[in-house]
Amino acid sequence: MKILVLIKQVPDMEKVKFDSEKGVIDRKSAGTEINPFDLNALEAAVQIKEKVGGEVIALTMGPPTAESALKEAISRGADNGILVSDRVFGGSDTKATSATLSAAIKKFGEFDLVIAGEKTVDGDTGQVGPETAEMLEVPHVSFVTEIIEIEEKSITLVSEIWEGSYLKKMMYPGLITVTKSINAPRLPSFKMKMQAKKAQLISYSLEDLNGFLAEVDTGFKGSPTKVKKIVVPEDTLRECKIFRDGFDKAIEDLYSVMNEKNLLN
Amino acid sequence: MEYKGILVFAEHNDGIIHKITYELLNKAKELCKTKEMSVYAAVFGEIETDINELFYRGADKVFCVKDNEFNMPDEMIYTENFYNVIKIAKPEIVLIGATTFGRSIAPRLAAKLKTGLTADCTELKIDADGKLVQIRPAFSDNILAHIKTDTLPQMATIRYKEFEESKSDENRTGEIIEIKAVNLAEKVVEIIRKISSKEIDISEAEVVVSGGRGIKNPDDFKMLEELALLMGGVVGASRAVVDDGYISKDHQVGYSGNRVKPKLYIACGISGAAQHIAGMKESDTIIAINNDPSAQIFNYADIGIVADMYEIVPQMISYLNSKGGLK
Ligand SMILES: Cc1cc2nc3c(=O)[nH]c(=O)nc-3n(C[C@H](O)[C@H](O)[C@H](O)COP(=O)(O)OP(=O)(O)OC[C@H]3O[C@@H](n4cnc5c(N)ncnc54)[C@H](O)[C@@H]3O)c2cc1C
Ligand SMILES: Nc1ncnc2c1ncn2[C@@H]1O[C@H](COP(=O)(O)O)[C@@H](O)[C@H]1O
Repeated sequence: MKILVLIKQVPDMEKVKFDSEKGVIDRKSAGTEINPFDLNALEAAVQIKEKVGGEVIALTMGPPTAESALKEAISRGADNGILVSDRVFGGSDTKATSATLSAAIKKFGEFDLVIAGEKTVDGDTGQVGPETAEMLEVPHVSFVTEIIEIEEKSITLVSEIWEGSYLKKMMYPGLITVTKSINAPRLPSFKMKMQAKKAQLISYSLEDLNGFLAEVDTGFKGSPTKVKKIVVPEDTLRECKIFRDGFDKAIEDLYSVMNEKNLLN
Repeated sequence: MEYKGILVFAEHNDGIIHKITYELLNKAKELCKTKEMSVYAAVFGEIETDINELFYRGADKVFCVKDNEFNMPDEMIYTENFYNVIKIAKPEIVLIGATTFGRSIAPRLAAKLKTGLTADCTELKIDADGKLVQIRPAFSDNILAHIKTDTLPQMATIRYKEFEESKSDENRTGEIIEIKAVNLAEKVVEIIRKISSKEIDISEAEVVVSGGRGIKNPDDFKMLEELALLMGGVVGASRAVVDDGYISKDHQVGYSGNRVKPKLYIACGISGAAQHIAGMKESDTIIAINNDPSAQIFNYADIGIVADMYEIVPQMISYLNSKGGLK
């Protein structure tokens, strides 16, 4: 099985600062990490490899510094990583990102499965997976919560969609997006960390993708959605009436709220 | 080729129209006040409700593609046929509910149309230039981005329960356009069967009583359930306890779970991590019970009770029982 895992390096959301006056994100205010949902994608791929054999390649589009995310992916079980990086890729929306990722996948060659996370914590769209599948002209199954069986020509999975869960069988090649509940990602091991240090990553620039990707479809130019304005809403804190004792009064207050809202008969 | 009008995806599940459809029709009508446009709806498969309901709710034209294949959530078949409808209808705006299914087909469809797509919008406006302004939270709900699309159609998925539903006006009529289903044969994904329906849909509940790590034993959720039932509500949970297997994921509230907007939200033993807050901060009234006075959750609550939930919850239950308040 040849499996590509789409991973993105994102700012650490616990620490990143937002300037509500200027409406900007201070990306320098926090370190980076692999998008938490993509760790589940990676773990799913590594588990498939452990079961049926094969190869897991982590793929990311990002600045040169995203190399560290690929190394981390290797330390968590990937065999190698591909960095798709070029100045012109800056400012990509989901369409341009998907165009670039699908071009890199085509350049890399045949594959059985692409696995993406449900969404990123920064872009926050969940669009790149299905858009990439369409551009690769392969099927996709979203919100996969369980992998049931890995057969020779297909994979059987549980997809949580339409207010229920469905058992689906997808032919290869295809793409799946996984939810957080599919697994618990393993931690990097010391041995794997050493291996990651030595890894020879693959890297593609726009020029390397010649024949698969046109410059007009990349970066800011290739992005039809344009952010016109960013507003950082003030955190809407509420004025909390705190009870440290006298809980009978608290419960009476609660009761009157319920009455007001007609929640009781 | 000129693109005109707003097309709304009339999502249904097993024939039952999703209420987001009526919310989108309402918003579409409202946008027509700024710019003259027709409102279209696209329905795939048979719906239980009379098709005319879509006219009553605001559509001027309904595009229908009938086939049994649409009774299953098959993204590939939906995309092909939706694409076909768009080629015929040529709308300038396409609105799709940000349900799980909507979020799975919309990107595939946008890629096929080679157009832009804005995810998970919470507000829409028409700008002075007649273009659609799509407003959406990003960065884990920390910012609101105003986005415009250069290409046509301008596509967006919209969060459920952001807009009011349109009222049904039986005097409205419209035109039904039937379109033949296409490409049903090429099956690369087989939907073997539906395994289960969601245990509960907590996003519809008027009262949610949630438990977090403050819960010491899975069985103790019964206590929260008892309290919730007294108000006709349901039980929610933080991810921490869902991950620990205390309760199913259908109950999870937050960024990677369900967004809820009940009249009353009671958080018991929940610290108030940003990812949890993202899923419940729009509740009408929020009550927090936590024995740590410095817990973040108190910043987002209207009433805060600094105490052991194991003392307070039973007290609440007996108080409500004494008032005889079973719904
Ligand atoms: C990408 C990502 C997505 C996430 N998505 C979600 C999500 O959708 N939903 C979600 O909830 N979380 C989500 N999280 C996790 C989130 O960051 C927190 O870890 C989680 O919400 C914490 O749950 P908790 O409040 O139950 O537990 P804790 O943070 O451990 O808090 C437990 C609280 O209970 C109180 N307590 C303990 N005993 C008692 C008692 N007897 N009586 C009263 N109070 C008591 C403690 O004082 C404490 O404040 C996500 C995280 C990431 C990284
Ligand atoms: N720049 C990128 N490089 C590689 N994979 C990405 C990138 N952006 C998004 N993805 C993948 O697409 C998924 C959805 O991302 P998004 O549409 O940004 O929410 C992520 O979980 C990743 O698996």
